[in-house]
Amino acid sequence: MKEIFAFILKEFRHIFRDRRTTLIVLVMPVVQIVLFGFAISTEVHNAVIDVVGDMSDPEVRKIVERIDNNEYLETGEFLHSMSDVETRLRKGKAKAAVCFENNFEDRLHADGRGVVSIISDGADPNTAQIVTNYVKGVIQSEQTEINSSMTAATGSVSMRPNVQLMYNPAMNSSYNFVPGVMGLVLMLICTMMTSVSIVKEKELGTMELVLVSPVKPFWIILSKLIPYLVLSIVNFVSVLLLAVYVMGVPINGSIALLSLVSVVFVGSSLGLGLLVSVISSTQQTAMLLCGMGLTMPTMMLSGIIFPCESMPVALQIFSDIIPAKWFIIMVKKIMIQGAGFQAIIKEFCVLSGMMVLLLWVSIRKFKTRL
Amino acid sequence: MQEELAIRVEGICKSYKDTKALQDISLDIRNGEIFGLIGPDGAGKTSLFRILTTLTLPDEGHAEVNGNDVVSDYEAIRRTIGYMPGHFALYQDLSVAENLDFYATVFGTTVEANYDTIKEIYSQIEMFRDRKAKNLSGGMKQKLALCCALVHKPDVLFLDEPTTGVDAVSRKEFWTMLARIKASGVTIFVSTPYMDEAGLCDRIALIHEGKIIDRGTPAEIVSRYPDRLYSVRGDNMFRILNVLRPIDGVLRCSSFGCECHVAVPQDGPDATLLLAALENAGLHGCSVEETEPGIEDCFIRLS
Repeated sequence: MKEIFAFILKEFRHIFRDRRTTLIVLVMPVVQIVLFGFAISTEVHNAVIDVVGDMSDPEVRKIVERIDNNEYLETGEFLHSMSDVETRLRKGKAKAAVCFENNFEDRLHADGRGVVSIISDGADPNTAQIVTNYVKGVIQSEQTEINSSMTAATGSVSMRPNVQLMYNPAMNSSYNFVPGVMGLVLMLICTMMTSVSIVKEKELGTMELVLVSPVKPFWIILSKLIPYLVLSIVNFVSVLLLAVYVMGVPINGSIALLSLVSVVFVGSSLGLGLLVSVISSTQQTAMLLCGMGLTMPTMMLSGIIFPCESMPVALQIFSDIIPAKWFIIMVKKIMIQGAGFQAIIKEFCVLSGMMVLLLWVSIRKFKTRL
Repeated sequence: MQEELAIRVEGICKSYKDTKALQDISLDIRNGEIFGLIGPDGAGKTSLFRILTTLTLPDEGHAEVNGNDVVSDYEAIRRTIGYMPGHFALYQDLSVAENLDFYATVFGTTVEANYDTIKEIYSQIEMFRDRKAKNLSGGMKQKLALCCALVHKPDVLFLDEPTTGVDAVSRKEFWTMLARIKASGVTIFVSTPYMDEAGLCDRIALIHEGKIIDRGTPAEIVSRYPDRLYSVRGDNMFRILNVLRPIDGVLRCSSFGCECHVAVPQDGPDATLLLAALENAGLHGCSVEETEPGIEDCFIRLS
């Protein structure tokens, strides 16, 4: 056991004696979380819009038809109550819902005003904003058409949509990027730092001497992983504190669940890091593999910047193998929607499976010789 | 007989892609001796060391260290050996004391418990105990590496080119240290490209292009040298070599620093003949003397 502590102590010395490593590990996460979130643009395709209202109402039908014809939108289900809307939004089955008041057409013609509200999922503010604007545009054009067919004598109508965001009423974009940056930071520290630190020992030849020692390779691996696990926890806490006290992002769900999910994600990232270190023989290779091969796809495909829904199918399938994607989905659900374990059970199982597989493969592949 | 052997190597072969690094190597290294593996760079010394320290697997053949097989009992071997790789393999960003503590702990001991083993060497670098390893001089790095390899009282010490890149004085000092370590009962298997260090070993093996070309005590190897050897000195070594090489009966002619060694058969041309040939070619003021062969001459003859 003393051997392991000697290893871990040594590893911490490596980290804190190299100023650059310390900066990457402890300062970069803070900088990233503060810098991110700006200048993020998104595009949406085929966003599913649910409809609540009387489908026998001709005016409602006309608008629904228009939504269906819009290339960016797609009609989902016809629902009867507001609670159904919430369930569908929470499950991610729909991006937004349009609700028409009863006797929509009659009122429109009688009072010249129709009440319609758009409810969208504010947990993903970029998408929500865009989807809402599309739906608004559809309603606007229907209104213009009715007005143009009316004469001055009969007056004009107005359908003023009333937009309502669920989960994130202030439409705070930090709600979106905090989970993303959390995923990115944990992944970067666990995967990149672990693999680089192992490959560095291979490259400098110190691994040669350590392997000749009686310490079992499994313990060598473990002692490499523990320091980065500890640092990840530190970062997890600091990112959360920043998120809550600086960005004002709430933690609606259970912190224990959030921590559990993070530990699973950290585990899978450490597994990935080990795997990279097995494959690469120089620090540059490890860096490039992590940077280009892991960080970039994570940023691009895990839904941090671009919503997964608007990606081509092939990329969507590819994005499923990125652990960060599942982590980010879970963090969004727990932090912002306040969802419980029931709601994340699928993602949790996927991520746990990934962790077990990655750790198992990389520990088995870890060479006990040169 | 078997117990006397610290290391037994039988028919070891190892290839890297198309290069045959080791071909059918067999060696016996006795307990308590300094055994030198002598050969130029790329001869396969490090490959053999890595097999014996269980870091790589041989393609063919088998080897034992302290009676443990290098493939199947590698964990037992890792407990009983000390290894100093050919390159500086300690942590550059850790201090002298931290490095030593780390290796002591990793090998399941403490510096205090084995202080006697390393005292003599460590005392020379102890004043720099808080200095980072990267800031040490070459000789001090070497001493630290030796301390780290010795800190757990190994039975067999593997030293891969320990004196490469170290100045002449430190080299001498290093061999004195090895003699003391040997006196404490440790078997030392050392490799070196420096032929002049061969004489400091109890027994040696000459390795060339992955094959053992001769073995025995340095004296035995030298005594097997069959030819007569002349040492030729002069100003223009390049021209001297060119003049001497084509002479009938000259077997080998190679430069050794400021002189050149000319090997001839026992009944071959004598010193006067060689000197005359040099004079004829217009090379005046040369001297030709018969000399005793060294390990390097043996190596050149065999390679």
